[in-house]
Amino acid sequence: MAYDGNRDFGGGYDDSYDDRPEFRDGFRDLQPLEPGFDTTNYVPDVVRTFVVYLYRHIREKNVYEIHQMYEGSFQKLSDRLFKQSKWPAVEMIAPYVENDHVFCLLYKEMWFRHVYARLQPTLEQRCDSWDNYCNLFQVILHGNVNMQLPNQWLWDMVDEFIYQFQSFCQYRAKLKQKTDQELAVLREIDEVWNVVGVLNYLQALIEKSMILQILEEEKDGNVTFTATDGYDYHGGTNVLKVLGYFSIVGLLRVHCLLGDYHSGLRALSPIDINQPGVFNTVIGCQITTIYYYGFANLMLRRYVDSIKSFNQILLYIFKTKQYHQRSSQYDQILKKNEQIDEAMFDELFSYACPKFITPSPPNYDEPLINFNQDAYRLQLKLFLSEVRQQQLLSSIRSFLKLYTTISIAKLASFMDVDEPTLRVALLTYKHKTHVINYDGTVLSNADVDFYVDDDMIHIADTKVTKRFGDYFIRHIQKFDEIVNELDRTQLE
Amino acid sequence: MPGAQAPQQIFTIEQLVALNPYNPDILPDLESYVEEQVATQTYSLDCNLCLLRLYQFYPARMNVHLIIKVLVKALMALPATDFNLCMFLIPERLQMEETFLNLATLAHFLETSRFREFWDEANRNRDILEVVPGFEQALQGYAIHVLSITYQRLPRSILAEAINMEGLSLDKFLEHQVNNNGWALEKGGKVVVLPLNEDNQPVLRRNTADSIPLEHVARILPVLV
Repeated sequence: MAYDGNRDFGGGYDDSYDDRPEFRDGFRDLQPLEPGFDTTNYVPDVVRTFVVYLYRHIREKNVYEIHQMYEGSFQKLSDRLFKQSKWPAVEMIAPYVENDHVFCLLYKEMWFRHVYARLQPTLEQRCDSWDNYCNLFQVILHGNVNMQLPNQWLWDMVDEFIYQFQSFCQYRAKLKQKTDQELAVLREIDEVWNVVGVLNYLQALIEKSMILQILEEEKDGNVTFTATDGYDYHGGTNVLKVLGYFSIVGLLRVHCLLGDYHSGLRALSPIDINQPGVFNTVIGCQITTIYYYGFANLMLRRYVDSIKSFNQILLYIFKTKQYHQRSSQYDQILKKNEQIDEAMFDELFSYACPKFITPSPPNYDEPLINFNQDAYRLQLKLFLSEVRQQQLLSSIRSFLKLYTTISIAKLASFMDVDEPTLRVALLTYKHKTHVINYDGTVLSNADVDFYVDDDMIHIADTKVTKRFGDYFIRHIQKFDEIVNELDRTQLE
Repeated sequence: MPGAQAPQQIFTIEQLVALNPYNPDILPDLESYVEEQVATQTYSLDCNLCLLRLYQFYPARMNVHLIIKVLVKALMALPATDFNLCMFLIPERLQMEETFLNLATLAHFLETSRFREFWDEANRNRDILEVVPGFEQALQGYAIHVLSITYQRLPRSILAEAINMEGLSLDKFLEHQVNNNGWALEKGGKVVVLPLNEDNQPVLRRNTADSIPLEHVARILPVLV
């Protein structure tokens, strides 16, 4: 569906929607519509111009302007006019955009997202939104869409898609407050937000976009994808490729929600999170990726990987200071290693874990129980049993730090347990701190290590001397770069 | 290597899982593959996880006996965390059944290195465990793994308890290890010496040195000058 950019849309204004007088004056002339007014059937002037401009920018592939309108104007209009109500229905605005099929799908996507964010979606809206996503993805997969959309929007599409799926599973499992009518409908609509459907769409996006091959070829230097942030500067389209890329992260997230951490990490393997990549371009994506990666590693007992990734993202968040509520979430996870009390673990896990889902529909014949907590409870239970298994370990660790050698008998008396129990605990310590890597090698992530020689425990004292040298060198270099940069600008 | 099970199936099981993991039509293939793993003493985590995942999506097609076999196979994969991974995917209600509780108990004993309790409990559950050949050897291997990353020298009694061997069979076993795997015996057989590996002899006083490679320093010399 190639766009022809030669049409003239009149209007007489400059390109930028935001430069229009009513916005320059800070929305002073916009009156919010009265509450109770049916917003779906009335199109205010500003909304009309909004869609006209957005349509024009999309056709002209003016990504910057699209981004401005999507990020800024849409939010502003929502706040001003549609704080608690819906945007005009797509049928009302369609005439202004020549009933363009793809634009209508995109508009509906934003429409539903607004509903989910500000209002409580009804069952019908949930179903309609699913249909819309199906249509949209079908067009992208099978039609020849020739647009460039901002990465933020494409990420939001994937993110929202999974979020609505999650929301639907939670909604579906809460059988208590459902009416009979709703239950009847739910029984019928098996394919709506079906987990296999969701997974298949993500998988299809990955496959059709050939993103895996692109990432592979990039390593050989044959293709530029990351270098241009996924955008195509040769007149092509970025939509399918970037959607495929974000679907990789999407798969990681869905697998974690289902409790399958191993497959989630496998799905993420084409992306190397230690290298800058397209996932860095959108903040939400970066945080989601690192969070789920870290959480999956945590559940697999790979604490080193987990802590490394959480540190990385916490540092980033600290520097940008934009997502305060999320950063406390990660703090909690890191503090986990210090806590001993099991009730604390329970609380921390519940606070920090993703909203797990049961992917299959519940048995509608037992309508009196709420099933939505099942998945979460299972993960919590398994996590807590892991915690319990590791209980003695922290006290062993603190004792071992004090000695270079100690006999088993003595340590047993310190810890108030008998020798066999202590031997067992020592074995457990070793087992828990040694992780099997993907290639089968054994990796130790203990900071206090030891070995046992018949009756004596010999402790390895790992003194990690702080590497000041490296740190200073890095900063000297950075500073030098900045100074050179400044010199250069002065001369011009 | 799993090959064609029926004339028209030209993909191996691994390929099926890689290409089409969410399709319930591959369930029969995955199920028969579990039986094959049991019979030929092979193992594939990815295929079994795929099976459990599909059961999660289509609970009506769940086959409890196969799940149990998958779990036993996962236990045999220790020290890998496969058993935990599988448990994440099995609904809580199912985990409350007796067989599952017993398996979970066995796993718990193994994860906390309580070998004596483990072998006792295993004895009580012979019916589930004997279905999967190779179980005993696999878990003895795991016990030896944990012992060898912890001990340099250990009393014979501890070894005996861990691998559930005594008397003559233990003697024969030790002899085999001494001849083939670098073990040694001391004090007239009372103490077993395990081969040194990276984990049971962590270097004492491991100071990560504060030495800086020359290239790094070379980089900033132009700046400093």
